Amino acid sequence: MRFGIIVFPGSNCDHDCYHVLKNLLGQPADFIWHKETHLHRFDALIIPGGFSYGDYLRTGAIAKYSPVMKNVGDFARAGGPVLGICNGFQILLEAGLLPGAMLRNRSLKFICKNVFVRVETAETSFTAAIEPGRVLKLPIAHAQGNYYADPETLNELKDNNQVIFRYCDKSGNINDIENPNGSKDSIAGICNRSRNVLGMMPHPERCAEGLDGNSDGRLLFQSALDRLGLQSR
Amino acid sequence: MPMDKEIIEQHGLSEEEYQRILTLLGREPNRLELGLFSVMWSEHCSYKSSRFHLRKFPTTGERVLQGPGENAGAVDIGDGLAVVFKIESHNHPSFIEPYQGAATGVGGILRDIFTMGARPIALLNSLRFGPLESPKNRYLLEGVVAGIAGYGNCMGIPTIGGEIYFNEIYNQNPLVNVFCLGVVKKDRIFRASASGIGNTVIYLGSRTGRDGIHGATMASEGFDESIESRRPTVQVGDPFTEKLLLEACLEIMKQDLVVAIQDMGAAGLSSSSVEMAGRGGTGIEMELARVPRREEGMTPYELMLSESQERMLLVAKPGREDAILAICAKWDLDVAAIGRVTDTRRLVLKNDGRIVADLPIPALTDDAPVYERPMETPLYLDSLQGINLDTIPQPKDFGATLIAMLASPTIGSKRWVYQQYDYMVRTNTVIRPGFESGVVRIKGTRKALAISLDGNGAYGILNPYRGGVIAVCEAARNVICAGARPIGLTDCLNFGNPERPDVMWQFALSVEGIADACRELAIPVVSGNVSFYNETHGLGIYPTSIVGVVGLIEEVDRVVRPGFRDAGDRIVLLGETKDELGGSEYLRRIHTREGGYPPLLDLAVEKALHNCCLSAIEAGIIRSAHDCSEGGLAVALAEAAILSGPMSESARGASVTLQNLPIRMDAYLFGETQSRIVVTVSETRLDELEKHCAENEVPMAVIGRVEGDRLTVGIEGWGRPLIDLPVETIRTVWNRAVASYFDEREKEGR
Repeated sequence: MRFGIIVFPGSNCDHDCYHVLKNLLGQPADFIWHKETHLHRFDALIIPGGFSYGDYLRTGAIAKYSPVMKNVGDFARAGGPVLGICNGFQILLEAGLLPGAMLRNRSLKFICKNVFVRVETAETSFTAAIEPGRVLKLPIAHAQGNYYADPETLNELKDNNQVIFRYCDKSGNINDIENPNGSKDSIAGICNRSRNVLGMMPHPERCAEGLDGNSDGRLLFQSALDRLGLQSR
Repeated sequence: MPMDKEIIEQHGLSEEEYQRILTLLGREPNRLELGLFSVMWSEHCSYKSSRFHLRKFPTTGERVLQGPGENAGAVDIGDGLAVVFKIESHNHPSFIEPYQGAATGVGGILRDIFTMGARPIALLNSLRFGPLESPKNRYLLEGVVAGIAGYGNCMGIPTIGGEIYFNEIYNQNPLVNVFCLGVVKKDRIFRASASGIGNTVIYLGSRTGRDGIHGATMASEGFDESIESRRPTVQVGDPFTEKLLLEACLEIMKQDLVVAIQDMGAAGLSSSSVEMAGRGGTGIEMELARVPRREEGMTPYELMLSESQERMLLVAKPGREDAILAICAKWDLDVAAIGRVTDTRRLVLKNDGRIVADLPIPALTDDAPVYERPMETPLYLDSLQGINLDTIPQPKDFGATLIAMLASPTIGSKRWVYQQYDYMVRTNTVIRPGFESGVVRIKGTRKALAISLDGNGAYGILNPYRGGVIAVCEAARNVICAGARPIGLTDCLNFGNPERPDVMWQFALSVEGIADACRELAIPVVSGNVSFYNETHGLGIYPTSIVGVVGLIEEVDRVVRPGFRDAGDRIVLLGETKDELGGSEYLRRIHTREGGYPPLLDLAVEKALHNCCLSAIEAGIIRSAHDCSEGGLAVALAEAAILSGPMSESARGASVTLQNLPIRMDAYLFGETQSRIVVTVSETRLDELEKHCAENEVPMAVIGRVEGDRLTVGIEGWGRPLIDLPVETIRTVWNRAVASYFDEREKEGR
């Protein structure tokens, strides 16, 4: 299974995703410079975190105009799996591949810390191997992760089971105290209607190795591999 | 026509210095040339007051690949790799404009590292502010932290540690010192020495604007009421462009396209061109009309003195110019060939073909003045040191005193700060901020690096020599506690006005202290920075020598943390506790007194402690290690308990019974006697630890056991413990020490 990792000017979690896929899971992976337009050879795409275009203007607002994004759209519409992490999620929102928008964290500050998220559904490539309701410990690192959508959209997301991750306490309870950024309904990640495009604020690639005693993030990548019937090294 | 006196003064040059220029040139300089002398001879660029003393540092060692004098120092870590690191101050700009001042400080130190061909993998910072009760200080802290975060996070370089002290003395002169470390293949270190007559000089990065003109000169003066008007001397950072510049430079160096490369930091295009030619023994000729610029009508003077950020100057290998241009085009960076290397040893600047400046390079570099400034023991010393401890009452409730200590922003958790830094990006962080040292692993090896910054101005003012010694020892002890062997050191020396003999005395002694400690502990000084003129309205800061020690861990799985591990583990104190209270946080916080003699430090004892602790860690018998520093033994024990519980688990308490010593109880618990480490070991391996201690002649005392969820500290034969508190209580107080000064919502870390 060949992964493509899209690199915008200012992406900075590209190497971290590459490290997990290539060195930990032994999968072929390539960087895709944002001016490239041929994505046929890839089985899945990852839009990594970082500060594409410095987050100037608005997070993801400039990246959506990069040449590669048209092809990412085509890839997604053809059913190809796309995972957007942090800035990648923000770009997917700006590009209209996922519904809603990001606001600044309610503290108005950048927040870097571990949080707990509850996996709401196994019905995506990246959560297929995770039992719904399971609580994962994942890091967040963002200034604009306060997910917003109008009530209609939020209802739609719920009705269609499109909310994939929600911030929670370590036992899986959802409450305002555990919501790190003010996101509507404690949403930490969502997918599109056809369930192949997933955006999430937490960084699974940062806790796939157990360096700090935590490898919960590995489950997401493992899920994608299992789904396509391929085993990691 | 002779130069106007006022103009010379505006350029920060003394009358004698101007005379020296006349002698060196044999003529009057023009305005542009005067500007070049002004910045190149500024304290900031020339180290004219400090150079004489800095020679005392030991700068060589088996592993040293590059000592002071380059953009940063480099040390061999084996596996064909080297680490490149340096610390630098951005104090003055950060007081004038905290966000941009701090942000561009990070930008500058990053460029110093990647200029050497190294990819930056870790940032740390050392900050000093006045107390947080003052809104101005809260504003400064918020701005500085946001600036560091804004720049480092965007660059994708983790900020893995640091330290902050709060003290009134920094009210008008906060300190912002930033450290960066990068990794490079040891045979691929790039240097900034212009060679190859006729080679093209290329400008790369942001366009030049009118910002930061005379920043270096500003940083070489004290402050007065004109501070507001100096805001335009602070540069504005653009981390996005720096990220592109980083990637482009590393790509250019990977393809081996350049002879030399240097960032345009303080004094911008002037210092980068002059220093590169100076190191290479060559000359440089540049056509200023080709310099990319933000606005029309900029004069040669402005172009040469601007400190616009995110710019690099490089000397291309012959025939590789097009390859360089292609890489810059890929990264959408402005680039221009603006000159060439010559054999004249002169800096020749042209504007549209007309020569506007023509100066001998050595006049700007080697011939810059070096001062052996007068020194004098300060008058304040006797009264400060002569504190009578008999007048200091002992606490009635040691538990309450411990709580008050943990609530001190200097001691308590800095989570409010480091939570704003991305400390995990690049997925190398083994020990995050909030511990004694930050630890990053080196991908592709089994190795890791522990990095610690340390320095205590409160010791510095009472005894600058010992302040220097203790800074080195504490930073080294911190990396030892993580299981790392110190391999190199960088220093940032923050002082007042060097033209004052008492300040110069403080400086000279601090340098001696650092030098002696480095020599005894065999840690070479490989880079550093001096920041003078940290004074406002004539009031200078405490002598604040910050040192950064880098330690090498051969086996990343062996990393040791300060928090208690398992119930039943025995708690052992390595080292002896003395009757010392001088310069302590306890005196300051509890008794609002600053004075006395800072703790003694015997370098041979310190060295034995390091060897003992490290050998025990390498033998795998140490389960946790935490040194005793600010707040003493009681705070060290409390922190070990607080840090025992990572996010999802419960904290571990401890029952401690101390030997009965004939010393004051407050000194026992809160005094800052040096050369002590609290370690834990499993009961079964206690005898092994005893052997390590005996071999190194390090005194040890088994003082307690990890158990329960309370911290109790008592004295043998005293019955009731002096301290008996739930860990949850002390953890809450410690957690809120800084956060409680900011609004409710933030307290929850939301």
